[in-house]
Amino acid sequence: MSDAQTTQIPVTVLTGYLGAGKTTLLNRILSENHGKRYAVIVNEFGEIGIDNELIVESDEEIYEMNNGCVCCTVRGDLIRVVEGLMRRPGRFDAIVVETTGLADPVPVAQTFFMDDDVRSKTKLDAVVALVDAKHLPLRLKDSREAEDQIAFADVVVLNKTDLVTPEELAKVEATIRAINPAARIHRTTRAGVALSEVLDRGAFDLSRALENDPHFLEAHDHDHHDHDHDHDHHDHDGHEHHHDHAHPSDIHDVTVQSVSLRGGEMDPKKFFPWIEKITQMEGPNILRLKGIIALKGDDERYVIQGVHMIIEGDHQRAWKDGEKHESRLVFIGRELDAERLKKSFDACQAA
Amino acid sequence: MPTVAPLDLDGHCLAAVFLDNVPHFVLADGAVHRLDNGHKTIQANDGLLSTFHDAANDRLITGGEDGKVFAVKAGGQINELASAGKKWITSVAAGPQGAIAYATGKTAFVRFADGKTKEFAHPRSVEGLAFSPKGMRFGVARYNGATLHFPAAEGKPVELEWAGAHTGITFSPDGAFLITTMQENALHGWKLADGKHMRMTGYPGKVKSLSWSVKGKWLASSGAPAAIVWPFSGKDGPMGKAPLELGTRGNAMVTAVACHPSQDVVAVGYDDGMVMAVRFADAKEVLLRRPGKGAITSLMWDKEERRIAFGSAAGDCGVIDISA
Repeated sequence: MSDAQTTQIPVTVLTGYLGAGKTTLLNRILSENHGKRYAVIVNEFGEIGIDNELIVESDEEIYEMNNGCVCCTVRGDLIRVVEGLMRRPGRFDAIVVETTGLADPVPVAQTFFMDDDVRSKTKLDAVVALVDAKHLPLRLKDSREAEDQIAFADVVVLNKTDLVTPEELAKVEATIRAINPAARIHRTTRAGVALSEVLDRGAFDLSRALENDPHFLEAHDHDHHDHDHDHDHHDHDGHEHHHDHAHPSDIHDVTVQSVSLRGGEMDPKKFFPWIEKITQMEGPNILRLKGIIALKGDDERYVIQGVHMIIEGDHQRAWKDGEKHESRLVFIGRELDAERLKKSFDACQAA
Repeated sequence: MPTVAPLDLDGHCLAAVFLDNVPHFVLADGAVHRLDNGHKTIQANDGLLSTFHDAANDRLITGGEDGKVFAVKAGGQINELASAGKKWITSVAAGPQGAIAYATGKTAFVRFADGKTKEFAHPRSVEGLAFSPKGMRFGVARYNGATLHFPAAEGKPVELEWAGAHTGITFSPDGAFLITTMQENALHGWKLADGKHMRMTGYPGKVKSLSWSVKGKWLASSGAPAAIVWPFSGKDGPMGKAPLELGTRGNAMVTAVACHPSQDVVAVGYDDGMVMAVRFADAKEVLLRRPGKGAITSLMWDKEERRIAFGSAAGDCGVIDISA
């Protein structure tokens, strides 16, 4: 079949705990004068004070795909709502999906990759996590979802910064960085982030992803930074089978880790089978992966991204004159064997 | 040669049906267009999501974004049958004795002809609805199977289990089989007498259109480059039998099917807007409409077996006359 639909509607996913500021941000998206019309899919009408025919209430419905893969989940309700909305595409320019406080962002994101109908008409733009600066430490203690939401985000809005001291704020931000070194973080009060920082980000657009993203470039350095401070991690993972040197076990209640890899030019004959094997075997443990790969003998940058076992890659643009042909790859997940990832990644480098 | 009377509308057509032998075209914006001595339009739901053709009462049931359920009859008659608040009506169906069913979120409702309504709450979303042709019984497609309710009587529903998300549902015309469409590219079936499972797989795409042939001997389906037609004349349905593949094309997918009212012939609509008629016995094809602007979404034969109304996702609808 030829893919005639070239205009895919961008979809922004808003995650965050109750009280983190999602509704405030949604109200701003719906009321501010930005010249765009948004259809908003919410789990409950309740709090949004704006009357808008394009606010759709939808019961979160997670469907496991019947293919034997436990991480292959989609949001069944979104498939239906998006299908309904897209029958009248002239009404809006973009879609925002608000998830419940406890929602796992993965099925939402996977819906936009795994369902052919949804995928043909829409594209995931970015996952935005709202975080309450004051209550995050508590949330991380009592739930895994809070951590997943941060780990999975492209943009983290660190909200209610006026309710904490500068020291507390620095600590919360370091925690977020530890969970997700690749996300952009914005400190705000009353969800006062510029809407251009949360909407139309193209975070899943391979042609735009990672382009000039300073945080991504810094990711490696962050890890070093953490490493320097972190030599007493044995009480956390001393009994694990794998010893993970790199990551932020100095921060309590964090089970997500990131593994940042950096190397030279890769041998495509080694790299592609490797990344395929890693995502097949470690898929359930990988929340997100992002990378820019320099392939030997290729004058274009190759970018890849993944969610669990779903992985996408494409050429992005030509390497610029004088730009270092370097490969960078970040895995965010749980129980990742950093040593083994690093060794096997290094082994993919071109001779 | 078949002739096509086109009706170019602006918007996604959900249903093209004959009501009192007049072709009606229902769009996603809730407008109901008809070719009744000229082009006429009336408004049903404010945003229309689901339709069901109630053949016995010669009407179309519609559900919409406005949380309302309407009955559309020939001549521009529209009646509101139910209202369920602000939530979308995602599925509607009609049954015996003037009863209808509609769903919103996790709740299915049955409204009897006298206006009484009964509510059926489910633990998961109600995805699809269908009445059994016999008795007051209706089925709900849901996650991990289907549920059969007996709305006129008290008592527990019958649960039919099969892993996966079931999105649509239909009973065979004799009431012996229950078939669901699934989120994955497959149909599932149960023989109701003994609960035996039927797996109908191998589709490259999701199945969105089903049509029973005369007396329910065959079930035609979309979701492949051909109409996939399963044999249901044996007592165990299609188990152990291969389906017919009719109207196969190399470069297009079937998006809508409608079996002929009295012969073993199916009208097949494709994603490029083409429509063909294909005979089961020898797979002979007749081109009825050349490709158009959008995928065919709906097809229906008239009672005289002379005309076919068709609707498309791009709004280029029309009526095919095969007698000319």
